[in-house]
Amino acid sequence: MKQHWLAACAALAAGVSPAAAWEPTKAIEIVVPFSAGGASDQMARTMQGIIQKHNLASQPIIVVNKPAAGGAEGMLDIQKSAGDPHKLITTSSGIFMTPMATKLPLNWKDYTPVAMMAQDSFVLWVNAKAPYKNAGDLMAKAKTSTPPMKVGGTSSKREDNLIVFAMEKAGGVKFSYIPHTSGGQASTQLAGEHVEATTNNPAEDVANWRGGATRPLCVFSEKQMTYKEPVADGKSWADIPTCQSQGLDVTYQMLRGMFMPGKVTKEQQAYYVGLFKKVSEAPEWKDYLARSALVADYRDGDAFVAFLKADEEKHAKLMSEAGFMAK
Amino acid sequence: MSSPDEAEAPEPGIARRPVEVATAAILIGLAGLVLWDSYGRGAGWDGGPQNGFFPARVGWLFLAAALFILFQSFRSENQVFVTWRQLAQVVRVLGPLVLFVALIAPLGLYVAAAIFIVVFMGVIATARWWSILLTAVLVPLACFWIFELQFRVPLPKGPLEAALGY
Amino acid sequence: MDDLSSLFTGFQIALSWHNVGFMAIGVVLGIIVGVLPGLGGPNGVAILLPLTFGMDPTSAIILLSSIYWGALFGGAITSILFNIPGEAWSVATTFDGYPMAVQGKAAEALTAAFTASFIGALSGVVLITFVAPLVASFALRFGPAEFFAVFLLTFCSFIGMGRDNRAKILASLCLGFLLAAVGLDSISGDLRMTFGSTELMRGFDFLIVVIGLFGVSEILLTVEEGLVFKGKQAKIDLKVVLRTWAGLPRYWATLVRSSIVGMWMGVTPGGAIAASFMGYGLAKRFSKHGKNFGKGEIEGVLAPETAAHAAGTSALLPMLALGIPGSATAAVLLGGLLVWGLQPGPMLFVEQKDFVWGLIASMYLGNIAGLIIVLATVPLFAAIMRIPFSFVAPVILIVCAIGAYTISNSIFDIWLMLVFGVVGYVFKKLDYPLAPLVLALVLGDRAEDAFRQALIGSGGALDVFWANGLVTTLVLLSMMLLFWGPVGDLIAALNRRGRAEKPAAAE
Repeated sequence: MKQHWLAACAALAAGVSPAAAWEPTKAIEIVVPFSAGGASDQMARTMQGIIQKHNLASQPIIVVNKPAAGGAEGMLDIQKSAGDPHKLITTSSGIFMTPMATKLPLNWKDYTPVAMMAQDSFVLWVNAKAPYKNAGDLMAKAKTSTPPMKVGGTSSKREDNLIVFAMEKAGGVKFSYIPHTSGGQASTQLAGEHVEATTNNPAEDVANWRGGATRPLCVFSEKQMTYKEPVADGKSWADIPTCQSQGLDVTYQMLRGMFMPGKVTKEQQAYYVGLFKKVSEAPEWKDYLARSALVADYRDGDAFVAFLKADEEKHAKLMSEAGFMAK
Repeated sequence: MSSPDEAEAPEPGIARRPVEVATAAILIGLAGLVLWDSYGRGAGWDGGPQNGFFPARVGWLFLAAALFILFQSFRSENQVFVTWRQLAQVVRVLGPLVLFVALIAPLGLYVAAAIFIVVFMGVIATARWWSILLTAVLVPLACFWIFELQFRVPLPKGPLEAALGY
Repeated sequence: MDDLSSLFTGFQIALSWHNVGFMAIGVVLGIIVGVLPGLGGPNGVAILLPLTFGMDPTSAIILLSSIYWGALFGGAITSILFNIPGEAWSVATTFDGYPMAVQGKAAEALTAAFTASFIGALSGVVLITFVAPLVASFALRFGPAEFFAVFLLTFCSFIGMGRDNRAKILASLCLGFLLAAVGLDSISGDLRMTFGSTELMRGFDFLIVVIGLFGVSEILLTVEEGLVFKGKQAKIDLKVVLRTWAGLPRYWATLVRSSIVGMWMGVTPGGAIAASFMGYGLAKRFSKHGKNFGKGEIEGVLAPETAAHAAGTSALLPMLALGIPGSATAAVLLGGLLVWGLQPGPMLFVEQKDFVWGLIASMYLGNIAGLIIVLATVPLFAAIMRIPFSFVAPVILIVCAIGAYTISNSIFDIWLMLVFGVVGYVFKKLDYPLAPLVLALVLGDRAEDAFRQALIGSGGALDVFWANGLVTTLVLLSMMLLFWGPVGDLIAALNRRGRAEKPAAAE
């Protein structure tokens, strides 16, 4: 009897012929290499909500947080799950930076890229009471500060730290970069005037902006953001000038995308590409983008791979200039 | 926090002193490992403590405490750490437990749990065989229902679950 | 008062029959996730979060925060019955709760724990209701130096007491610090003490160590004496609840002290875990029965539970008012707020009045519902002690293994739990105290991070630790507590010498 069972199942497993479209056969796990409540986690849970609300997948979605070692834990898990078509991982630039900073044997080329969902901007924030009108004022003050001016961000040798390093290089100044465990924490420290500035993502600091505790100076992007709806003081995200226009020539954006483990079939990859394409078109997704002021930039297939290659090169250059590469 | 000492029992067993000495020796070894690792990465002060600074300082304290414990252990009076009879009881629980953990990877948690219950209750041998079997079937099933189906927490699964389509 | 009328509107919203239903469901679910180690409050909330996306935000947060209350209540149950803390903040509850259960007073211990939880939570809610804006701005004054001082205060209030072997206290404390340091160092971004192992990279999770050290080792110790529970069988009925309640007013000082400690730690995100240890440490130091702590003193159950719940509740305040989560569960709730389209922060109180006051009202009602539900289950849980050991022990061990596994889905962690079980067994038999290890493990790396953040900011100058009134006060308080023991001993010794000349009748 049991042998029949096994045989039937084996036949079933083998019977997924390459011609037929692949469908998941059990719950899909989304691994979030950051802790619950963070920006990546919110993105994963928003996608989970959208997929379940619109019935986009025949199987339930589970979000699993694996935040240890700066996200390396989650990435190692995906590395080990090669060939498992029921696992996905949310990624940020950490997919290049974690291996570079820790020398762990990880490489995004061992994973299967699914789609890039958006890009996240970085904004230079100061306390609402600070006298600086633009980035130039801040840099001028930083030149004369001893001990060096304190700038807060998330984690060490990651995105925020790179931006602060680039600011030092561009302005010929020295900052004290203070790493925090989350952007929210950095934002609170800014509101309490324990740091002079932060380089938080829009979503990480919006609460304090609206509450009148902090305000943005400029955005580290080549173009201004597009969301015109007023956020605070009658200003919108689109009103924030670029840092370049204020004489601080630093630009940086971070990808937010989805990967699968390596060694999955083309059909399995195609299934998830289709799934996330649908997610990216849902109205709730658009709301989420607007709320978090993410740059809508959906890419899959070759466009995504080309982007990843260029982005990796850029990070390798930045990381080695900043001396963040593990020896 | 302290365990009941039954010093009056003259039962044979493992003496306390060798265990104290061995524990202290292991702690000293750990302290050495910490110090070696911390100084390897830099345990100095470079505009603020380096990342090995605290582990190294704590490591020295740890080493000092462990050395003192080692010294103490030679002076303390020798008692019985655990009698052979007690040790046998502990092994009867620890043995099946180790087997259980070892079986999780190849067989999955649920099957390993069933085997663990059978072995554990069998070794202790106070229950009827049918109640052992019933527990061995019901407990993993209940766990499966709670964790896998209700809370959607994936636990390690083996060939049996795969054959059933999970 | 404007706030009061808002609160009444809130009660009207929260008292609608479907919201009360959600409250009950939430509390029961919360108790379940709180009881199962590894499933904790954050998981419970995170798992149900997607289900609430379609709901109206007020009902959704009532459901989710009720899970949080339930989990806070439930964490105490396994701590008392099996010496296995279901949640990190109920570790301190095991110190006296489990000995009480062993003495056959499981029902009293459970009642005390639940009631203390309720009192703590209630004081937290009152704080949120009346002084929210004031407290929120106080929390902003906490920079890295102040955080370090808070952690220092926690250590000092807990360590330096006890008559255990001092070298062993120190070794245990150091071991905790070192275990906490393993893994990624968040300040430098480098890995420490992993020796190239990818498993060690994750570091040692607090719960795995605690499940091993306390739970597994306790089972090993128990079987030495034969394959039965240590617990004496006690008569269990609901009258125990009333009898325990009658004795509680005597401990008002402990309850008030722990409530204050808890509220304060919750607001300055020191957290429920630190609060529970500090509450226990202070009670042990200032109570008349301080010497009996650790042997089954009911005050040793009341103190940490009150503090943990006051902290757990007040932790929601910085989340609502500032957008900083005071705990992991609050972090998940925060994610929920964003998904429902609400922006936490000072504006929430202005823009979303119904939501905020509905939530605050549900805190009162949710805790009352929680208390009634858990008290009703006291006989049920106490009856577990009557099931034969050979049935319960394997189930406990399996649930422990599941708990260890779910923390990061790693079988290696189950082995770690086993190793710590054996370590705990040996340490207990050799009289190494375990509490300092646990405390250092849970707060060690946070204290180190805060210390280093402060020094990066000051350019390496140590004077940040007495740079302003707040931090100086905290540091001075810590030093006072640290030296309270030795100084107190000295004073007592002097007194005794003075009195020795008189007749010894006073003793």
